[in-house]
Amino acid sequence: MITLLIDGKQVEVKEGTTILEAARQAEIYIPTLCDDPRLEPYGACRLCLVQVKGMPRLVTACTTPVAEGMEVQTSNEQIERIRKTIVELLLSDHPNDCMVCEKAGDCTLQELAYFYNLRENRFLGERRQYAQRDNNPFIERDMEKCVLCGKCVRVCEEVQAVAAIDIAYRGFNAKVTPPFEKDLNCEFCGQCISVCPTGALIGKLSIGRGRQKDIQKVDTICPYCGCGCNITLHVSRNEIIRVSSSPDNINEGWLCVKGRFGFKFVNSPDRLKKPLIKKNGKFEEVSWDEALDYVASKFREIKDRYGPDAIGGLSSARCTNEENYLFQKFIRATIGTNNVDHCARY
Amino acid sequence: MAGLATVFGSGAMTNSIPEIENNDLLFVIGSNTKENHPIVALRMIKAVRKGAKLIVADPRKVPMVRFAHLWLQHRPGTDVALLNSMMHVIVKEDLIDREFIVMRTEGFNEEFINNLEEYTPEVGEKITGVPKEKIIQAARMYAMAKHPGIYYTMGITQHSHGSDNVFCIANLALMTGNLGKESAGVNPLRGQNNVQGSTDMGCIPNLYPGYQKVDIQPVREKFERLWGVSLSDRPGLTAPEMIAEAEAGRLKAMYIMGENPVLSDPDIGHTVKALKCLDFLVVQDIFLTETAELADVVLPSACFAEKDGTFTNTERRVQRIRKAINPPGEAREDSWIIMELSKRLGYDMKYTNIEEIFQEIGMAWPAMAGITYSRLEKGGLQWPCPTTDHPGTKYLFKGGFPRGRGRFTVVKYRPSAEEPDKEYPFVLTTGRILFKYHTDTMTGRVDPINKVAGEPFVEINPEDALILGIEEGSKVKVSSRRGEITLKAKISKRPGKGVVFIPFHFKEAAANMLTSSQHLDPLCKIPELKVSAVRIEKV
Amino acid sequence: MQKEVVIKICMGTGGIAAGGKEVMQAFIEELKQQGIDATVEKHCSVHQVGCRGFCARDVLVDVIMNGEKTTYQFIKPDMVPRIVEEHIVGGVVVDEWAVKEDYHAFHEKQVKVVLADCGEIDPESIDSYIERGGYEALKRVLSEMSPEEVIKVIKDSGLRGRGGAGFPTGLKWEFARQKNSDTKYIICNADEGDPGAFMDRSIIEGNPHSVIEGMVIGAYAIGAKTGYVYIRAEYPLAVERLKIALAQAKEKKFLGENILGKDFSFEIKIKLGAGAFVCGEETALIASIEGRRGMPRAKPPFPVEKGLWGKPTVINNVETLANVPYIIRNGASWFAQYGTEKSKGTKVFALTGKVKNTGLIEVPMGISLREIIYDIGGGIEGDRRLKAVQTGGPSGGCIPESMIDISVDYESLQKVGSIVGSGGMVVMDETDCMVNIARYFLEFTQTESCGKCVPCRIGTKRLLEILTRITDGRGRPGDIDLLLILSEDIKAGSLCGLGQTAPNPVLSTIKYFRDEYEAHIHDKRCPAGVCKNLLTYTILEEFCKGCTMCARVCPAGAIVGEKKKPHRIVQEICIKCGACFETCKFKAIRKG
Ligand SMILES: Cc1cc2nc3c(=O)[nH]c(=O)nc-3n(C[C@H](O)[C@H](O)[C@H](O)COP(=O)(O)O)c2cc1C
Repeated sequence: MITLLIDGKQVEVKEGTTILEAARQAEIYIPTLCDDPRLEPYGACRLCLVQVKGMPRLVTACTTPVAEGMEVQTSNEQIERIRKTIVELLLSDHPNDCMVCEKAGDCTLQELAYFYNLRENRFLGERRQYAQRDNNPFIERDMEKCVLCGKCVRVCEEVQAVAAIDIAYRGFNAKVTPPFEKDLNCEFCGQCISVCPTGALIGKLSIGRGRQKDIQKVDTICPYCGCGCNITLHVSRNEIIRVSSSPDNINEGWLCVKGRFGFKFVNSPDRLKKPLIKKNGKFEEVSWDEALDYVASKFREIKDRYGPDAIGGLSSARCTNEENYLFQKFIRATIGTNNVDHCARY
Repeated sequence: MAGLATVFGSGAMTNSIPEIENNDLLFVIGSNTKENHPIVALRMIKAVRKGAKLIVADPRKVPMVRFAHLWLQHRPGTDVALLNSMMHVIVKEDLIDREFIVMRTEGFNEEFINNLEEYTPEVGEKITGVPKEKIIQAARMYAMAKHPGIYYTMGITQHSHGSDNVFCIANLALMTGNLGKESAGVNPLRGQNNVQGSTDMGCIPNLYPGYQKVDIQPVREKFERLWGVSLSDRPGLTAPEMIAEAEAGRLKAMYIMGENPVLSDPDIGHTVKALKCLDFLVVQDIFLTETAELADVVLPSACFAEKDGTFTNTERRVQRIRKAINPPGEAREDSWIIMELSKRLGYDMKYTNIEEIFQEIGMAWPAMAGITYSRLEKGGLQWPCPTTDHPGTKYLFKGGFPRGRGRFTVVKYRPSAEEPDKEYPFVLTTGRILFKYHTDTMTGRVDPINKVAGEPFVEINPEDALILGIEEGSKVKVSSRRGEITLKAKISKRPGKGVVFIPFHFKEAAANMLTSSQHLDPLCKIPELKVSAVRIEKV
Repeated sequence: MQKEVVIKICMGTGGIAAGGKEVMQAFIEELKQQGIDATVEKHCSVHQVGCRGFCARDVLVDVIMNGEKTTYQFIKPDMVPRIVEEHIVGGVVVDEWAVKEDYHAFHEKQVKVVLADCGEIDPESIDSYIERGGYEALKRVLSEMSPEEVIKVIKDSGLRGRGGAGFPTGLKWEFARQKNSDTKYIICNADEGDPGAFMDRSIIEGNPHSVIEGMVIGAYAIGAKTGYVYIRAEYPLAVERLKIALAQAKEKKFLGENILGKDFSFEIKIKLGAGAFVCGEETALIASIEGRRGMPRAKPPFPVEKGLWGKPTVINNVETLANVPYIIRNGASWFAQYGTEKSKGTKVFALTGKVKNTGLIEVPMGISLREIIYDIGGGIEGDRRLKAVQTGGPSGGCIPESMIDISVDYESLQKVGSIVGSGGMVVMDETDCMVNIARYFLEFTQTESCGKCVPCRIGTKRLLEILTRITDGRGRPGDIDLLLILSEDIKAGSLCGLGQTAPNPVLSTIKYFRDEYEAHIHDKRCPAGVCKNLLTYTILEEFCKGCTMCARVCPAGAIVGEKKKPHRIVQEICIKCGACFETCKFKAIRKG
């Protein structure tokens, strides 16, 4: 264990911890834009600059490992001035269209602008402008809003091992792009969207579907494969408009294309809305009472005539435990047979 | 799963997903993890980045091969030969874990060893097509690792000898003592969100909830007491058997909840015919599926986002799902429908909320007795979790196996039921692709997904394609003894020569028109979906 | 007695560009025609040699007859026959083409260590290097010195990194030596991206073996088995010569398995850089070798802890490494006799700008700027007034004329807001606008920024925009303060050396030439008459004869007036092209 002082507070952390991690453990806030604890430290946004006693320069808290007896100051006049300049520089090259931006209300840049009370901008000048749109069906890429934090590039390479995007060009014109500015063609896991601090990467399915403040968030489990990824449904007007996942769960916040974007079926117009009974070869909508009475009478009739073993039930690997429990209980206790199975039992 | 239950006494992933990243060796066999369990694959990649070695055994060059240190491209259906051959090397080079074998297992006897004797690497190479050096290397890598994990899915199980494959995997882990430890074990990855749960809950013809056998009297009596009725002591029919019995006219009615066997089961023609033979078919689903089309009554149900409850994932983790929106129209929760039906049939299930059902599960099965909804608020819990202060179980068999000792099984290689021949010279193997899920009832209704993966295809090796005069995108007819479908060819080096792959998601060119429902695993009755003989013709 | 004739022709990139190859061919043919090769075959040889610095006078040719050397300058192929006939055959020097006094003055105050053999040896012949003592140092190191002893000699010599940061080389090696790792690397940084710099290129072109020998010694000292030379692809000649030298060194067992029969093996690979300035920064260079985009990362950890492929790595500049064999051969104290207390040895500079003699120079640390400009450089072109010296390349600062007596060493230059850097030195006179100079350097750093960190990516862009508006006449009150604040924040906030030093030209010009900034902003005037938008051309009535010449050359039709009467320039139409100014015979047009 290593002991250090952060803003005069004694903190004890494991060797190899960064100053930023140590500060977070001690609940000391340091602003960041390019940090994600799940990714390799990057040190690009420079917001987490801190003063370490004895070091000739300010250092980034996210990249600097702690050392025994280190004395760290997370804020002073110079540091705050630089942080403000950085945010102001970012805003000087940003569309600042928060009134129509999907990310408004959940945007780190917006937070920082608010925090530093940046209404005026001393550095207004040329702004990057890109006419080209990415025609992939999942991810809206508005590179004018990109702050080059590199999280999308890193997550795609380090976590997803796809490396579909990288930074191209130099200096002010640096830009995150798929090779040769082609349309994105990847696994569409959307991990990049989940780490983007601004509105540069947005799921196309959620555009125009509801403001952040109107969204109700419900934690649940992904309905697809057996990984059991924890997901959060973003709901607006009885409709799922987005799926996210929190970094501190078993799937570490990562999802696949199905989990992140495969929710539209829920609100599909094809959904069954009323019980149906086939009459003369055609389905007719009926009331629940009619349907249930009919099913019950048919089951009773067959059971009476052929015995309970003439009835079988197939349950579903996509229903809940409780429903599966009830289903087999129904077959066993109500019908009276062990003819119960599910399709994916093997 | 029956395979694992036989040798260990319970069947599930023995480790948990987070443990993967601390494996020092991963042996992935018959699993296209990057496409079918993408998030598990991320952990595997993380392990590799941290220095673990990866062995992938798969007839196709699945995406995980990109990260592998060793790729064993065995012919479909030759897993037993491959695994036995690896074990032959392990025994011969004395890389076994004696202490573990003596203390924790049974059946490591002369018969077992003699059986392995014949599977020399040379024999292994002959049967599997994998060079013997690679078999030897894989054996050594696995046996010498400290924390090796084996991962498999349907590539292992969907065979007429699926249980044999599973036995071999268990043998391999047992002889090297790689069970009952953190980050070392045998891990079947579940293909659907709650397969584990529906198995746990006893939707199995011979098992009550919690793997308790219906033909054991004290067990049955316990459930009779809990449910207040008398119960049948005869194990019921498995799903394939139900279809067969329906066709034979002995099964008269079926109640199918949230499944689409017409598309997911082998030999569609056969399934449809059988279901049509029924006097009465009720299907309860969220969409009018191919199966629902055949029903007499269709009951509209609520989907995952419209109800409360729990799912159990592939690592035995019980997690809460929560209602986020209201179901459309008059669609109702499955639990409500079942209870209403039951009441009308004279057995009133009285629950005032979902949690009460969950509490009853805990009464029926001690392994879940310690889990409550309020505990699940803080995150999932892995069974066994017998008491409310138990933290859940990360990995299984720490102290021993539920059946006492882990059992070695003598397994002989049997060729797949349908080997390619003159008339049907190709081996068809089926599976999933990243963008699609199962019978596509859900993913098929997501526009962007259809944009990137809208069309059925058959993957053909370039050499085969050349001989057949097939080009990328050519329309081809694929036929088997059961039926035929027409779809586009995708020329790819993923399958080896003589092997073709078709994803089974697409109803317009359903792979299961071609597969057979006749060749079942004798033990668990799984059909042979991974090996069928087919013919390919250009249209 | 037979005549002994050696002809050495400068064949650096500069020499070749000026026609070195053609000159060499001309000599070979001429000698053949004259039949000299038949009679004095063994004794007359034509050599290519590396750059000897005075590139402005290429092609330079040495004719050495019986040990007596004559140097000719500005030689073209058609001049060769006369030299052969008069000098080589006739024994009379062609005086009018030989170098003069100033050529010798250029060399007199220089002290050549790393450049000593450049221009003397044939860079494509290892024997030529060995003849002058090459690889002696390596032999001694391997036969009688422990790695620790090598490190001690380098530490004692006081050698500091010549790549810019000036970090003590021995100390760097010691850190790497102390790291416990089965794999370590040594990298020679030959990226040399500063505009106008060609020190490293010239060393590799002129004496590649000195760099290789330095690397092998360094590898032995730190315990590396593999080395890389990261060299820009735009240096084809240097790359070619390096390849030849590596092959020769391997053949002679100075490289490869069991070097000189000892239990020490080392190989060197060449890695071509795509010519991004930032790839010279050590962590970006490592990323580039690893096949990633050349972007720097934050330090610590330093490359000596976690470098190439995560292994301890020493990165040294070409010139740094080229010094090593000479230090080992001649001893630490020999090297330390040159220089100041903290800056030892010599430094190579690329002297450019408004001095009379431009070229590559090697001077002892501690020499004054005045000596460099006036003694070596021969003073200012056209004998105009010196205004400032910019040192250290784009990340350096401008030192005003009033300070040119300061000593050239790491500490002194830093104190006045500049740096030694990699050795760029641009001399500026009264016709240079300091705001424009700052703008020029910012333009370079801005386009060369990798774009990773915010202060550098956007900050330098904004600095450039502000400077541009000032030179365009759109400067605003408050702009100077804004430049100062932004510069400070970029310096303190940037990730790598590029951003941390990019504002130096702005800060130092504001510090010493604030009045020029103010003139631009407040008076809309460029005192040096450089910034086009701020120029006005006016006709001085008293001198104008009404000759109409100016009106006729004006492309914009901005000049009006009757014949024989004073003309007038309509400022709204004038495009400030200066055509009238050039044409007027009566000096009646004022620029300013
Ligand atoms: C933007 C930038 C460009 C650089 N370019 C070079 C270069 O071209 N050559 C070089 O030797 N060092 C260059 N350096 C310095 C290197 O990072 C490093 O300090 C040097 O190679 C170490 O060698 P030395 O100790 O021998 O000087 C550059 C630094 C920065 C910040």
